[in-house]
Amino acid sequence: MKIAVLSGKGGTGKTLVSVNLAVTAVDAAYVDCDVEEPNGHLFLKPQELETTQVMVPVPEVNETLCNGCRVCVDFCKFNALAFIKNKPVLFPEVCHSCGGCVKLCPQKAMTEKAKEVGYAEKGLSGSIRFYGGTMKTGETSGVPILRELFQMTKEEEELSIFDCPPGSACMVMESIKDADYCILVAEPTIFGSHNLSLVHELVKVFKKPFGVVLNKCTEVENPSETFCLEHDITILGKIPFDYKLGALNSEGLIVAEELPEYRDLFTRLLGRIKDEVTLCGNC
Amino acid sequence: MRQLLILSGKGGTGKTTIASAFIKLVKAKAFADCDVDAPNLHLIMNQLGEPKRSDYYGLPKAAIDENSCIGCGSCFENCRFEAIVAKGGKYEVDHFACEGCSVCEALCQVKAISMVPAIAGELMLYKDAESIFSTAQLKMGSGTSGMLVTSVKNQIKDAAYPDTELAIIDGSPGIGCPVIASMSGVDMVLIVAEPSVSGISDMERIVKTARQFGVKMAVCVNKYDTNLANTKKIEEYCRKEKLLFAGVVPFDTTAGKAINAGLSVIDVKCPAQEAVLELFDATMKLFRAI
Repeated sequence: MKIAVLSGKGGTGKTLVSVNLAVTAVDAAYVDCDVEEPNGHLFLKPQELETTQVMVPVPEVNETLCNGCRVCVDFCKFNALAFIKNKPVLFPEVCHSCGGCVKLCPQKAMTEKAKEVGYAEKGLSGSIRFYGGTMKTGETSGVPILRELFQMTKEEEELSIFDCPPGSACMVMESIKDADYCILVAEPTIFGSHNLSLVHELVKVFKKPFGVVLNKCTEVENPSETFCLEHDITILGKIPFDYKLGALNSEGLIVAEELPEYRDLFTRLLGRIKDEVTLCGNC
Repeated sequence: MRQLLILSGKGGTGKTTIASAFIKLVKAKAFADCDVDAPNLHLIMNQLGEPKRSDYYGLPKAAIDENSCIGCGSCFENCRFEAIVAKGGKYEVDHFACEGCSVCEALCQVKAISMVPAIAGELMLYKDAESIFSTAQLKMGSGTSGMLVTSVKNQIKDAAYPDTELAIIDGSPGIGCPVIASMSGVDMVLIVAEPSVSGISDMERIVKTARQFGVKMAVCVNKYDTNLANTKKIEEYCRKEKLLFAGVVPFDTTAGKAINAGLSVIDVKCPAQEAVLELFDATMKLFRAI
C-alpha cells in the first residue's frame, strides 16, 4: 500500500505526519521524496546506509567530427546548447537529457556522458525501512533521483509512506503518480486553505483517492476545515497546535515515540487511513 | 530597478509574511510572487483590483495522429520520459509525462506526430496608479514551473513604472528550478530561516545554492523563540560563513490572525510587528550597502 503525503504549502507538517505514521505502523517503509530539502533523515536517523549515485546522460561534442551544422542547437527545445564560435556548447544545468541532439546529429559528432545529479540511499531506522535522496545543490531537477528511489522501493510490499515536497509541480506529480492514496496536510490559515485547494485539484486530476489531516488546530476558525466541509472532503484527523509538539519536532524528535497522547493520535489516524484505503479498494 | 528576493529552502518559515510586510513598508512600486505552484501573496496584497490575465504556454506537447501511426514503436523506444504509452498496437502520449522535447516528432518516419501548443498556467498582472504586482498560477498537472517563474519576472521588468527603485519578490521553497529561475538578476536574497533541525538543514542548502549562483545574501530567523538554542546555532553559522544577519522575529499567533483577516503582520500591533519593523530597517541598510 503506497500512501503519499502532500500539502501544497510548505511547513504544514508533511514530514511530521509521514514520520509519525511510519513509526506507528512499525512494519513500514518511509520514502523522503523531497530531494531538494530532505528532512526525514533528521528524525529517523537511519543506519547502515547504502548509497547509489544518480547519473543522467548529457551530450558531449566531438570537435573533430562536428562541422558546425547547428542541427543540435536548433533542435534543443530547452536551450541547453548555444552556438559559440561555430560549435555547440552545452549548458548542462538546463539539459533535460532527452537525447535528441545525439540522435539527430548528421555527423554523429555527439555522444553521451554521465553527469551526477545527486544520490539515493536506503537504510534502517529500527523496524522502519528508510529511503531518501539528495539533489546536488545547483542542479535544477530531482526527478531522476525520485525515479531511482522508486526503483529501490519496488520490492516494498507493506505500507510505504511517501513524504512529498511542497508545491504541486513536477516533483510532486512524480511522487504521487503510483500512490494508492493521498493524505493532504493543511494548516489553519488562508494560505493553508488556498494551497489545499490547489493540491485538491491536483489529486483530482490524477484521479487519486484522498483525505485531509488538519494540523496546528486551535479553537479559532480554521479556513482549511471550512474548505473540507464545503467540498465534502474526508477529514482523517486533527493534530492540535501544541508548543510541546513544536519543541520536540524542532529538535528532530518523533512525538509518537516521546508522548503517549501522540502515540494514540497517530495510531487512530493510521487506523482511519487503512479503513479509507480498504474502502477505496472496494469501490 | 533593484530586486530583493525572499527565499527559505524550507517551506512555511514565513517568506510571504515577511515579503508582504516589506512591500507595504517600502511602499514597493513593483512586487511579485514567484511561488507559481503554491502562490499566496495575492491573498493579502489584493488592493490592486482585478488583474490582467494571460495564458502561459509551456513547451508544446506531442500528439500522435492515430490514423497515420503505423505502430513502429520508434517514439516509444526513443522517449526518455516514459511519455509514450502502447495502446492496441499503436501509441498514445501521456500528457503529464511529456516534457516537450520533440524527439518523437523528429524521429517518426511517417510524420504521425505533431507538437501541439499547451497552456501550462496563467500569468496575472495587477496594476494601479502607483504600483504593479506580477504573479502566476501553474496549471495543475503541467509540471514545469521554472519557465513560468521567468515569465513572472519578465512581467515586472516590462510593466514596472520607470521610477521604480526596488522590486520585492516572494520566492518558492526548495532549491530547484523555480528557485534558481527566481534568483536570476536579483541584487540580494533574504533567507527566512526557522530554528528547527529541518529549518537549519534546509537553510544551509539554500545558502550553498545561492552561493553557487553568486547571489548576495542576508539571513533572518522567524519564530526565533520557539527554539533559542537552534536560533543561536543559526547565528553562529552565519558568523562562521560570513553571512549578513538581519535579525529575528518572535513566534506570534497575532501574525496568523492578521493573515487570516487578509492583512499583513505590520497592520496589527503585536510583538511580531515591532520585530518585523526592526528587521526591515536592518535589511534595507544591508541592501543599500551592497
